[in-house]
Amino acid sequence: MSAETHSPVRQPLHRPTGLAGLAADWASDQRAFKNVSWGKAMMWIFLLSDTFIFGCFLIAYMSARMSTAVPWPNPSEVFALHIGGTDVPLILIAIMTFILISSSGTMAMAVNFGYRRDRKKTALLMLLTALFGATFVGMQAFEWTKLITEGVRPWGNPWGAAQFGSTFFMITGFHGTHVTIGVIFLLIIARKVWRGDFDTGRRGFFTSRKGQYEIVEITGLYWHFVDLVWVFIFAFFYLW
Amino acid sequence: MVDIRSGTGEPIGPAEVEDVELYHPHSWWTRYVFSQDAKIIAIQYASTAIAIGMVALVLSWLMRLQLGFPGAFAFIDADRYYQFITMHGMIMVIYLLTALFLGGFGNYLIPLMLGARDMVFPYANMLSYWLYLLAVLVLVASFFAPGGPTGAGWTLYPPQAVLSGTPGGKDWGIILMLSSLILFIIGFTMGGLNYVVTVLQGRARGMTLMRMPLTVWGIFTATVMALLAFPALFVACVMMLFDRVLGTSFFMPAIVEMGEQLQHGGGSPILFQHLFWFFGHPEVYIVALPAFGIVSDLISTHARKNIFGYRMMVWAIVIIGALSFIVWAHHMYVSGMNPYFGFFFATTTLIIAVPTAIKVYNWVLTLWRGDIHLTLPMLFALAFIVTFVNGGLTGLFLGNVVVDVPLSDTMFVVAHFHMVMGVAPILVIFGAIYHWYPKITGRMLNGLMGHLHFWVTFIGAYLIFFPMHYLGLIGVPRRYYEMGETAFVPASAHTLNEFITIMVLVVGAAQIIFLFNLVWSIRHGREAGGNPWRATTLEWQTPETPPRHGNWGKELPVVYRWAYDYSVPGAPEDFIPQNQPGSAGLAPEGAS
Repeated sequence: MSAETHSPVRQPLHRPTGLAGLAADWASDQRAFKNVSWGKAMMWIFLLSDTFIFGCFLIAYMSARMSTAVPWPNPSEVFALHIGGTDVPLILIAIMTFILISSSGTMAMAVNFGYRRDRKKTALLMLLTALFGATFVGMQAFEWTKLITEGVRPWGNPWGAAQFGSTFFMITGFHGTHVTIGVIFLLIIARKVWRGDFDTGRRGFFTSRKGQYEIVEITGLYWHFVDLVWVFIFAFFYLW
Repeated sequence: MVDIRSGTGEPIGPAEVEDVELYHPHSWWTRYVFSQDAKIIAIQYASTAIAIGMVALVLSWLMRLQLGFPGAFAFIDADRYYQFITMHGMIMVIYLLTALFLGGFGNYLIPLMLGARDMVFPYANMLSYWLYLLAVLVLVASFFAPGGPTGAGWTLYPPQAVLSGTPGGKDWGIILMLSSLILFIIGFTMGGLNYVVTVLQGRARGMTLMRMPLTVWGIFTATVMALLAFPALFVACVMMLFDRVLGTSFFMPAIVEMGEQLQHGGGSPILFQHLFWFFGHPEVYIVALPAFGIVSDLISTHARKNIFGYRMMVWAIVIIGALSFIVWAHHMYVSGMNPYFGFFFATTTLIIAVPTAIKVYNWVLTLWRGDIHLTLPMLFALAFIVTFVNGGLTGLFLGNVVVDVPLSDTMFVVAHFHMVMGVAPILVIFGAIYHWYPKITGRMLNGLMGHLHFWVTFIGAYLIFFPMHYLGLIGVPRRYYEMGETAFVPASAHTLNEFITIMVLVVGAAQIIFLFNLVWSIRHGREAGGNPWRATTLEWQTPETPPRHGNWGKELPVVYRWAYDYSVPGAPEDFIPQNQPGSAGLAPEGAS
């Protein structure tokens, strides 16, 4: 498939604006979302589906936490680090959150430079984003190790409801998997950008389609989504 | 609803997307096995679904043999009986119906009916099939695993699903079942994203959403629903897998098993039921909506008449899809949830009857004074309407809490859901296969075998499931391995059970005729030509039959009218294809 496939060849005859435009687009032929490529539409719909997965995980966690008959461990104490003689609550989580949100910033910059065809800056910013993501996963691994050494297991923990450990490992694990996949995805796309695949029209190894710089933005959509999910996990799991 | 004025309205806009350059296979393997062509993938999906469906059919024979002739077959012990029931239900609902409607008909019909060359992401589409096949193989593997497949019932309710009293609960059965479902969901997501994006973004010039055949509307809406409903099942499967493998207690309360206190505690079995039915109820309509769509097209084509109330039909599909997400707890009236929920869920459940009834009236009104050709697809479509009305009416019984409570867990429920989501969609699948087989192979299915298949299946299905309502009303419970001596079950109920079992064997045998017909007609069927039913939709207008890779030759089709220009007054023929320009014919108001 050629690179031009995804870009509009010609605009539809006439497009009203506002609500009338929305109705006109949906009533039109060929495409319901004008100027939205197939790849981007697919990523948005996938993210909607993924939202339901995380939604179900979080609702299941909340229902377990609200209905438990034994006390729920206090996250401020459990997730505290002993630094300089005092327990600093949630310090690690705060740093992790800061890093992940910063990575959204570098991702957005990468998208910007991608559309300017600035290969080097795009690739470097994507690498930086991947580095932030990997750091996040690494700190999560540290946190898991700390809790495991303190005796937290999926089936129980020293401080209260067994569901604390199970939901913690399940939800952060599922999110961490998403981040890891995102890092791998970022590295692959950064390599393609660096090599200039989207300028030379090199075909994909699996799909034999030509890619284009828009894939940077599609990767970005996924990355921002993973960040956004973390904000909800942070709020519902750690701050509750 | 419909603008009778002739004229095509505004001119058709230019191509907004350049014609795609397809991947061209270089070898036999990439052409027919690891194919990226949606048509081949559709046939792969359908063949796999039918093959595993035959396994489920045989399982239903075995369990009916036990119910009709208890103790006559030594190898069907209680454990095996529960395994047969569980696998029959799970295979039929997920691996046959869902896969065949969306993976099979979805893949074949969406690109062809919309005037596209292929799905938008052929590679992901191919992966979708291979993950589905892997899911099926994992499922089949559980038959050979130590302890056999799970016998937890197709709803897999915990805690019993992961306890040793249930077959497969402490063996491999439940693990393989849950793994297979997870694989199925991942695979389906890859295909489902393709179907949705193809419908939204990959249509031909002139093909507006309101000109799409109702088949595509049904499959599209069902796919959107599946993408939102399967996540709940995915989460439920992951959590139960952890309960079983890691010893977590998501769904497991403190429990004593065989006199031994288990390590579980504090989990909520009801949570699983909510997650399961948040998937499970939409699933009913994931199966039903494609059937609704396909049957609309069959009726319109074979009655030579435009579908009555096209817009209403579209909106009814969309509204049913939306409502089906807020009715799930009507499966849980006896679960012990807050009784006030019952009021809410009974109300929403009964509201669904309104758009559904609109659809049924519109089908009947389409037939009204139509030029009805009693072809095989038409016979199956008519049988569907009758069966669906029947199953729908018993749904009104079960949707009401006070009526449901005494009927819950009786054979009445079995009869209801087999009528409404077993027999009815299967009849549509048969009708659809008789209808589209000529396009897929270029030859007609044999009519004699077809009629034999139809009459035995239709009448037989009634003889199986109609008496079951009666069994349920006198209180015969479902899921019982044997009744034994029970005061409230008269001896006549047993005679009825024997009769049902014999009918199950007969109807099952009729399906073998159908399978034989499918194979035999590939070589010996009558040549069909490109458009044997003289239908309007685009898939019948392809330059070659069967359509080649890329579907349309050099030029993509342009659509000038809706899909239902049958028997247009003044037109030379009684159908006008969607891609025929000119002002004759009907066009839905504002759709052009």
